[in-house]
Amino acid sequence: MTLQEKIVALDRPILKVEGLTKRYGPRIGCADVSFELYPGEVLGIVGESGSGKSTLLSCLAGHQRPDLGHIAFDGRDVLAMSETERRLLSRTDWAYVHQNPRDGLRMGVSAGGNVGDRLMAVGARHYGQIRGKAADWLGRVEIAADRIDDRPSAFSGGMQQRLQIARNLVTAPRLVFMDEPTGGLDVSVQARLLDLLRGLVRDLGLSVIIVTHDLAVVRLLAHRLMVMKSGRVVEQGLTDQVLDDPQHAYTQLLVSSVLQV
Amino acid sequence: MTMSHDAQAYNFAYLDEQTKRMIRRAILKSLAVPGYQVPFASREMPMPYGWGTGGVQVTAACLVPEDRLKVIDQGADDTTNAVSIRKFFARTAQVATTERTQEATLIQTRHRIPETPLTEGQILVYQVPIPEPLRFLEPRETETRKMHELEEYGLMHVKLYEDIARHGQIATSYAYPVKVEGRYVMDPSPIPKFDNPKLGQSPAIQLFGAGREQRIYALPPFTDVVSLDFDDYPFASSKAPHDCDLCGARQSYLDEVITDDRGGRMFVCSDTDFCASRQAQGKVGRLGVGQAEGAK
Amino acid sequence: MIRIDNLSKSFTLHNQGGAVIPVMCGASLTVAPGECVGLTGQSGAGKSTLMRMVYGNYLAAGGSLIVGDLDVASAAPREIIRLRRKTLGYVSQFLRVVPRVPTLDIVAEPLLALGTPSDEARDRAAHLLQRLNIPERLWALSPTTFSGGEQQRVNIARGFAHTFPALLLDEPTASLDAANREVVLTLIEEAKARGAALLGIFHDESARARVCDRLVDVTGFTPKVAA
Repeated sequence: MTLQEKIVALDRPILKVEGLTKRYGPRIGCADVSFELYPGEVLGIVGESGSGKSTLLSCLAGHQRPDLGHIAFDGRDVLAMSETERRLLSRTDWAYVHQNPRDGLRMGVSAGGNVGDRLMAVGARHYGQIRGKAADWLGRVEIAADRIDDRPSAFSGGMQQRLQIARNLVTAPRLVFMDEPTGGLDVSVQARLLDLLRGLVRDLGLSVIIVTHDLAVVRLLAHRLMVMKSGRVVEQGLTDQVLDDPQHAYTQLLVSSVLQV
Repeated sequence: MTMSHDAQAYNFAYLDEQTKRMIRRAILKSLAVPGYQVPFASREMPMPYGWGTGGVQVTAACLVPEDRLKVIDQGADDTTNAVSIRKFFARTAQVATTERTQEATLIQTRHRIPETPLTEGQILVYQVPIPEPLRFLEPRETETRKMHELEEYGLMHVKLYEDIARHGQIATSYAYPVKVEGRYVMDPSPIPKFDNPKLGQSPAIQLFGAGREQRIYALPPFTDVVSLDFDDYPFASSKAPHDCDLCGARQSYLDEVITDDRGGRMFVCSDTDFCASRQAQGKVGRLGVGQAEGAK
Repeated sequence: MIRIDNLSKSFTLHNQGGAVIPVMCGASLTVAPGECVGLTGQSGAGKSTLMRMVYGNYLAAGGSLIVGDLDVASAAPREIIRLRRKTLGYVSQFLRVVPRVPTLDIVAEPLLALGTPSDEARDRAAHLLQRLNIPERLWALSPTTFSGGEQQRVNIARGFAHTFPALLLDEPTASLDAANREVVLTLIEEAKARGAALLGIFHDESARARVCDRLVDVTGFTPKVAA
């Protein structure tokens, strides 16, 4: 069986979210969000600033506690976990790619140390093996081997973002959260990153939740799409179907507002 | 002398009894949870921060009139800081003082562990500038506390990894992090890593006081203390590859002293009591001058 | 293999006063394995709309649309994803790819997505590109800079990389020269021979006559009220 087939054979959601709600006082962060994510699936969440997509992502990733709802990862109740369990999860089965690589990297630590960090966090204690794995991952994200001892501050924005991805994927997570991973990058750099992400998602069978306002990014990366407005999901479905045949008024407006090139 | 009259102006060992009680509670807690940093309400002391205010408060809380106090700074009994603190307690607590390690019941130290093995009943009080071993890697106090709570110590190894990547070996040579009883990672204060092996299984009580950071932590007698390392880069204690030029000691930690501006230098024991004792026993190094001048 | 029954479709334009525009009703047709069915009708009659609905790109308003054993009209997104990965291929007129990805990788991707070993997938991709006369020196380049004809041939190679049991063809021979047109028609004939069900739009009448077993005029599916 191929990896894809194995994943599909499981046919059980890796993440199951029900009625997730987060309020900031009287203001709604996100409300009554429910969905399932299956292994190997990429789910895009789009919406304009303030639509609640970032709030939703931070609730899912455990950075904020929702007021209501359930989150089950691999059948385990995430909100009922102890902080120890949840933090362990976030170092092993989960990964989080920040929009700004500075938020996801240790800027004072070399590229190799950044990738090795997660390995050491789960108990790796053999320098040679840690370095070998770091070198391997730098190669996979197309960072030259001789940059392994350079600090990320000496890297370009695109390289920093690729380093952040390597750092996150080195422990072979199963669920990756991405917050505008291509934001703030030049268009040509974005393209390379998108291709890299597509390849990694396919080869590693990753499940990904990606938040972005860039419809071109989700078209190329996401299998499914959720459109959010004012904290609520107004439409979800196959990515190309939602973009080419949007049903909700807001989605139609969103799609028609994109400049064609 | 008007010593007794002056001393009455002070409470025994300078601090008031309520403060000592508060500090003793912190000390007891720190002994109960080896390696854990216990917060305490550090007081203003008549010396600037960085001069050992944490150590002085711990010493003040431990001292009893029967104690015999020794104070060392980088191993030496005769530097300004050591002399000042020794005088401070001689005056405010009127305790006996000594420079001999084996005669002391309480030793306050800055950045060294004496060469002479400590014995049961002795207390070693360390002055600590920065108690948090994770501080340089994670500046947020809330986060470092969480890391201790959850035993998330991978970051310490990131630091060692960086050392090896940059220098080909673990270059950290002082304040070398240790794990206590398989639980808390602890900063042993800026002692040379040469002293690290003496931290573990010591018959003496070891107390660490950080005044500015308001933390006390401890190693009770016979505690397991392991210096962090990698499987393929094991911890190695190190010292200058020389013998003491005064007493000829081979196994003691040495200071390098520049003797002229033409490259002349000598290596001498950093532990002055240890060196003087050896010289008194007639042991002589390369530049030793013999017993008559060596002993005081 | 493909069975469409009483399918309907309308668009609701929320941002233009909520106008509802019915574009299709009562569409029914079947395509058997090994058969190629051509859709005919004037421009705007709904050929592309029907094709998009079969592919799950447009949502059906009513009726059923069965490909293999899945009703696309009511299937969950992930079931459609699986269908597209294994069963149903689509050769569209437009190439939509991540910029800067080499042509060879783009053609090999449908196979890689199925877990085919990388070497095998690239061999198959190279073989198809060769047949479609894309010069080997271009394989390592992104097709985004290619001419329209070259892009279309890359798209065809990609569509035929995996031997889909069902295949949708949207003007596969448009803007191709005689030699490449012949290659594409041969590929279609080969697909039929191995039992694939094909549904296509061909403006090229001689091509249509050569590969199509039956024609279905979609004009019959256009709602009368629309006029």
